Amino acid sequence: MALQSLDIKQRSATTTPSPQARQTMEIAKLIDVSACIGCKACQVACMEWNDVRDEVGSCHGIYDNPVDLTENSWTVMRYAEVEEQGKLEWLIRKDGCMHCSDPGCLKACPSPGAIIQYANGIVDFNQENCIGCGYCVTGCPFNVPRISKKDSKAYKCTLCSDRVAVNQAPACAKACPTGAIQFGSKEDMKDYAAKRITDLKERGYDKAGLYDPAGVGGTHVMYVLHHADKPNLYSGLPANPSISSLVTMWKGATKPLAALALAGVALGSLFHYVMKGPNEGSKEIEKEIEKEDAQ
Amino acid sequence: MGDRSEEARKAKLIVVDPRFNRTAAVADIYAPIRPGSNIAFFGGVINYLLSNDKIHHDYVKHYTNAAFLIDPGFGFDDGLFSGYDEVKRSYGSKDTWKYQMGADGFAKIDDTLQDPNCVFQLMKKHYSRYTPEMVNKVCGTPKDAFLKVCEIVATTAAANKTLSYLYALGLTEHSNGSQNIRCAAMIQLLLGNMGMAGGGINALRGHSNVQGITDMCLYAQTLPGYLGAPTDGDKDFATYVAKRTPKALRPGQMNFPQNFPKWFVSLTKAWYGNAATKETNFAYDYFPKLGGASDALSIFNDMFHGKVNGFFCQGFNPLASLPNKKKVGDALAKLKYMIVIDPLATDTSEFWKPHGEFNEVDPSKIATEVFRLPATFFAETSGTLTNSGRVVQWGWKAANAPGDSKDDAEIVAEIFLTLRAMYAKEGGAFPDAIRDLTWAYNQPFSPSPEEVLREINGKALVDLTVPKDPTKILFKAGDQLPSFGFLRDDGSTSCGNWIYCGTWSQAGNNTARRDNSDPSGLGQTLNWGFSWPVNRRILYNRASADLQGKPWDSSRTVLKWTGKAWGGNDVPDMRPNAAPEEYVMPFIMTPEGVGRLFSREIMADGPLPEHYEPFESPIDNNPLHPKVKSNPVARVYKADMEAFGTAKDFPYVATTYRLVEHFHFWTKYSQANAIVQPEQFVEIGEALAKEKGIKAGDRVKVRSNRGFIKAVAVVTKRIKSLEVDGKQVHTIGIPIHWGFKGTAKPGFITNTLTPYVGDANTQTPEYKAFLVNVEKI
Amino acid sequence: MIRDPKDLKRYDAGERANHWVVGISFILLALSGLAFFHPAFFPLTQLFGGGTWARILHPYIGVFMAFFFVLLFLRFRKLNKMTDADREWLSRAKEMMDGNDHNMPEQGKYNGGQKMMFWWMTICMVAMTVSGVFIWKAQFTVPIDLARIGAVVHAVVGAIMIAMIMVHVYAAIWTKGTIRAMWYGTVTRAWAKQHHRAWYRQMTGK
Repeated sequence: MALQSLDIKQRSATTTPSPQARQTMEIAKLIDVSACIGCKACQVACMEWNDVRDEVGSCHGIYDNPVDLTENSWTVMRYAEVEEQGKLEWLIRKDGCMHCSDPGCLKACPSPGAIIQYANGIVDFNQENCIGCGYCVTGCPFNVPRISKKDSKAYKCTLCSDRVAVNQAPACAKACPTGAIQFGSKEDMKDYAAKRITDLKERGYDKAGLYDPAGVGGTHVMYVLHHADKPNLYSGLPANPSISSLVTMWKGATKPLAALALAGVALGSLFHYVMKGPNEGSKEIEKEIEKEDAQ
Repeated sequence: MGDRSEEARKAKLIVVDPRFNRTAAVADIYAPIRPGSNIAFFGGVINYLLSNDKIHHDYVKHYTNAAFLIDPGFGFDDGLFSGYDEVKRSYGSKDTWKYQMGADGFAKIDDTLQDPNCVFQLMKKHYSRYTPEMVNKVCGTPKDAFLKVCEIVATTAAANKTLSYLYALGLTEHSNGSQNIRCAAMIQLLLGNMGMAGGGINALRGHSNVQGITDMCLYAQTLPGYLGAPTDGDKDFATYVAKRTPKALRPGQMNFPQNFPKWFVSLTKAWYGNAATKETNFAYDYFPKLGGASDALSIFNDMFHGKVNGFFCQGFNPLASLPNKKKVGDALAKLKYMIVIDPLATDTSEFWKPHGEFNEVDPSKIATEVFRLPATFFAETSGTLTNSGRVVQWGWKAANAPGDSKDDAEIVAEIFLTLRAMYAKEGGAFPDAIRDLTWAYNQPFSPSPEEVLREINGKALVDLTVPKDPTKILFKAGDQLPSFGFLRDDGSTSCGNWIYCGTWSQAGNNTARRDNSDPSGLGQTLNWGFSWPVNRRILYNRASADLQGKPWDSSRTVLKWTGKAWGGNDVPDMRPNAAPEEYVMPFIMTPEGVGRLFSREIMADGPLPEHYEPFESPIDNNPLHPKVKSNPVARVYKADMEAFGTAKDFPYVATTYRLVEHFHFWTKYSQANAIVQPEQFVEIGEALAKEKGIKAGDRVKVRSNRGFIKAVAVVTKRIKSLEVDGKQVHTIGIPIHWGFKGTAKPGFITNTLTPYVGDANTQTPEYKAFLVNVEKI
Repeated sequence: MIRDPKDLKRYDAGERANHWVVGISFILLALSGLAFFHPAFFPLTQLFGGGTWARILHPYIGVFMAFFFVLLFLRFRKLNKMTDADREWLSRAKEMMDGNDHNMPEQGKYNGGQKMMFWWMTICMVAMTVSGVFIWKAQFTVPIDLARIGAVVHAVVGAIMIAMIMVHVYAAIWTKGTIRAMWYGTVTRAWAKQHHRAWYRQMTGK
């Protein structure tokens, strides 16, 4: 949902810069996986604040429900039972939009203003402008956007841009009973994470660290992981996410090059015509034919 | 931003549970345990603390009954304490469990703790059998995990270190549940952690207001404020009061329960007003007298045997909540009528209606007439909730209830007023107790929550003067009282629940206070709501300071002696001017003034907790004493005894529990909760699943000797099979929450499986440890 | 327009109709496709009733075009077999471009350039259809990487196709007397003799 109260940093399918005079603080949500008990209060808070409800599903033999992100479930908990060095761990990760600094969805989107990145870092979908092509799904390195079967619009976590715009923390952070979801300026969140990481290291998690992947320019949803060296343990969190080179190719060089090439062909044809002249019918042959006819 | 003591104080979180649960996911240490073996574990910890001398010596010596001498006749042999009566399945005589009394009328003590009959020595001897090897043998807990837990627990024996013990129904719902909790209390006493900031044992209640209903004592055995209810044995007011007003067991102790007459008389004034006078023995005769057991299991057992005609079922879903659903359903079918007062169309209200295989009944054979009276939810009415920290908090009505729903108070008022009118018109065998009941509400058919709380708080009925100076008026007639300290036993005060006195004083509704400032930084938000008693946040906080009144941990001062009085960061749990030299001990609610490591004759099943196997146990014998396997004094009805299964037919241990996504049997009606946890499942360890050819997502049938349920299998690494007494024991985890009514996918009632037996003291059913079999379907 | 009865029949009505069905479809696809291709072209979606309609219509038009292209392919595939003369022609295409077509080798109904166009078009058409299916979110769900490959292929091949069609159209405009073949089916004998002498001989027996 686009909000005029937030400055826009960039918008999809727009080649000119957005207003940049005002300086806005970058915000971030920090998900401390080491403090998450997987209660799903965040899921319910998300449903309630955003007024979205999935169908009542079924149990798939795991705790995950709904079992995947959908147009109505913008965040889901993913539960992974792993045994690290003989010690059982239940790694519970809140999955959802990471709000990349370099958002693949926005890059891929062909519709001007359907995806916007606010100056504070939130990447938001404006369903008004969404044409339902699903290119954002193709562009996302985290497999987050979902296209609604009902209206063919793309949906995902808005980081509660409507709440943030009025200085409120996202609904999930507000609802979290263990403090596993923190919200504030990105800088503060990094400081907070550093403290948590120090604590985790003291508790024997040598590889504890912050997940703020550089491959997408950093994210505005970050994780504190006990095993930052193995993000994959956390239900397949990508170790080095980046916008697929295919997408970069598609939305990067291809576009201007091809546009230029097309213009080249068009202009080339024109100038060929102008310079070489048309390929007129040969008078000689016409005469030959006339001659033949006369015979 | 987060300010977690875990981080700030480098606290360690330990989880001991049959399942690696969601709390274990964030814990530092997890130790598995076989369901129903808790006392063996606790006993092991006690033994570790005593044999490694990891106790808080000064605290144990002065603030517990460690030094008290017990009757020399006390003994424990082969699983039984002295005085057991095999025929009655109870301890017929508990005389040998008592203190030795001196000529001065006080209990004898041995300050050196060396007397073989002193509690300390008895306890040492009793728990010496609970070696780490025994713990491993009984609980299946790996020895290293157990010892790791002990080591960390033991560090808090230091005067400035505390351990907070949190437990929930996983500890209470056993045939020895009360003794489980006592174990935790004993450990905390040994470590000197009671009364400390961040100490104590803390119940995580199963409902937001369980503490509230316990305080108001919605049980037949007690009156509001934990006052023992009159029984058939209490012939008259004098006998009743005398029996419940203890004498101090040590000199100079506060022995606070000596105020019982003030509390009880004030209660009679709240209930019967002018009909409760000295001349009428404060309407003592109006109070019903208990003739026997009156817990839920006994009531439903009576119902099952056709001894109950009608049943008011208010905010209760016994078909789903009580053990052995078949028995409960059959019991309800023997009623003439049932009145269900609930915001929801509960499973119980449709116990008679076929719901496929989830509720296979034949309505043509059930004559029970069921009335459903729709009530309101907590958010649809104002009133208080009391949390397990005893903080009473006012909640404001948020929305109107839908349809014809009425507040519970309105429903009860209408029933009461109609009954009273009928008694007035038609007379009856004993109309007095109904006729004379106080009902002084502005709108008799709609008592407001505010009026009720004011009534509970209590007030002066006449001008109250200072005892030493009758010219000085303390409170005018009609004034709300600020504290139970002002209650009197002459009928000049009324109070509906002495411990709630202060909730609504002349200052107004103190439970509605919302100032969360915390000047001490200890979480002592004294101006938030009202914590009973007298807004005290930490019970027995006198124990947070040493004998001289100096805090054990000066960085976390709860209370200290200022030279003239007790001060600090909490309301003192001590006479304010009781100088340390007076040796008034901190545990003011006991006649001995100290915490009880040895519970005298108070518990039904022994003064020291002892491990007994659950009634359905996977092993053949109790490894501690083969002759006595299960709790020897737990009450078991004959038919229920016969319905127990054996490990031969039902080889797996089952334990039931709740999921954080749901609240009991309510939220299956709520769409959001149903979405995040939609369908009934059971959790099976990988080893057992492999053995049984069960994959995650398969449907399985779980049977006990009382019935079966079908559910989706969640196959997990989080429930490990444990080696117990030389035998590999698998555990199956079975969440409750589902039933045939609601928005979530219809499911079976989990309590179809559970055994109809309860804790020997409280009759809380043994939901947490029983036997089942499982197969893929 | 009165035509010379001695003009040569190059396309019958069915062929012409088929060509234009494909041609019009292509134009619609190119316009709507370009709209998604680069923000500069996004306003083209207005021709289709807005972005969402353009997104909805584009793949259906694609399927429609693919079907008619198959018919077109079946009609013309035999005439587009490459021969040595075609290769010879191709190797000297530059002379042709410069306007010196006197010494170009004799060509049949289609010259080497046209045949190349035909086969490249066919390949592109297959690539577009398959990659289009990969990215048709409303109808198909494919693994994300396949969708990404599909997106790149669709974009690159689409651009190539548009370029080729531009060349195709320009060639028709440049070579006078050509367009009428697709309007009303005939060409003059002189045109045929000049540009497709072998075909001219075949048709006239001269």
